[in-house]
Amino acid sequence: MKKNLLVIAAAILFIVAFIVSTTIYNQQKTEEKSTASAGKAEYLQRDYSPRIGPDDAKVTIVEFFDPACGTCSAFYPLVKQIMADHPGKVSLVLRYLPLHQNSDIIVSIFEAARLQDRYWQTLEHAYKTRDYWIEHHVAKPEKFWKLLDTLDLDMEKLYQDLQSDEIARRVKQDVSDAQVLEVRKTPGFFVNGKPLVQFGYKQLQQLVASEVTANN
Amino acid sequence: MFVNDKKIESQLGWYLIFVCWLIAMSALFGSLFFSEIMGLKPCVLCWWQRIFIYPLAILFLVSLLPQLNNQANGVDRSVVRYTLPLAVIGLGFALYHYLVYSGFIPEDLQPCSEELSCAEVNLELMGFITIPMLSIFSYSAIIALLLIFRKKV
Repeated sequence: MKKNLLVIAAAILFIVAFIVSTTIYNQQKTEEKSTASAGKAEYLQRDYSPRIGPDDAKVTIVEFFDPACGTCSAFYPLVKQIMADHPGKVSLVLRYLPLHQNSDIIVSIFEAARLQDRYWQTLEHAYKTRDYWIEHHVAKPEKFWKLLDTLDLDMEKLYQDLQSDEIARRVKQDVSDAQVLEVRKTPGFFVNGKPLVQFGYKQLQQLVASEVTANN
Repeated sequence: MFVNDKKIESQLGWYLIFVCWLIAMSALFGSLFFSEIMGLKPCVLCWWQRIFIYPLAILFLVSLLPQLNNQANGVDRSVVRYTLPLAVIGLGFALYHYLVYSGFIPEDLQPCSEELSCAEVNLELMGFITIPMLSIFSYSAIIALLLIFRKKV
């Protein structure tokens, strides 16, 4: 009987130790992450970064994303929902972190479409058609290219703009900013410069809500 | 006298296996902490070592529980038959991993994907304890205890 108690006590001890160390570790990580991005405001958004939402919004969500990332795709409507939950108060700035192979070409297509005022349509189209242009976690730009015909784009101009140095420079800049801000996974969120430490929709909702209350 | 000796031996046996179980449980929770909480992705060789230590946590536990047909105070002796092979194979992977880690086996010979190198040092506790070292320690300790058990109990 005593031995049974010993086994049970040890099992409970293991579980408690695991939970306690997890809590401590997460707290440390939270502090580290908050300090990592502190004082690096200029890396958060660039003057060229695509932005949606009211210009005078007091809360800005910065999202580092990769169009080939499934979670980014799933989060896009959720972020839109968060913005709709606080009408006129939240804006969204997108940054590129194309981690998947060839994703950098896909985001360059977005930038080229932007010159024809079709940025958000192209982005949403890419998310909608993800299954058709991603194969085994590799983006296939030629397949995405064929899916663009519904968007009323000048394809020749798009092709030329795609080669532009400015677009390549922007994508590069975004990737290097992500490194400075220690964003290694997508989507990576910042709300008014504060990083989303514990990833999740609820956590993002709470962070935005707290910033909205603090700034209005 | 004879009965008494036997009783002491069965006590010793139980505690030997109990310590084995503690080691296997530490390895289980420790490895899960590294991968799930700290986000260190296990490489291929890490997975092979996990495969052989996770069942040990269950097998040792079952052998420690009171048995209907056996004496309530004892431990299932046959546990050695089932756990020793697992521990020995696991130790083989751990030693191999250590050699890759420390550079004795060149990187291009090791069976890892390019993205996740088994040779990359992810973590050094107190400056020198690496994960493959912990693995070698756990497996060797379990093997040693099981061998003692087989001889004495």
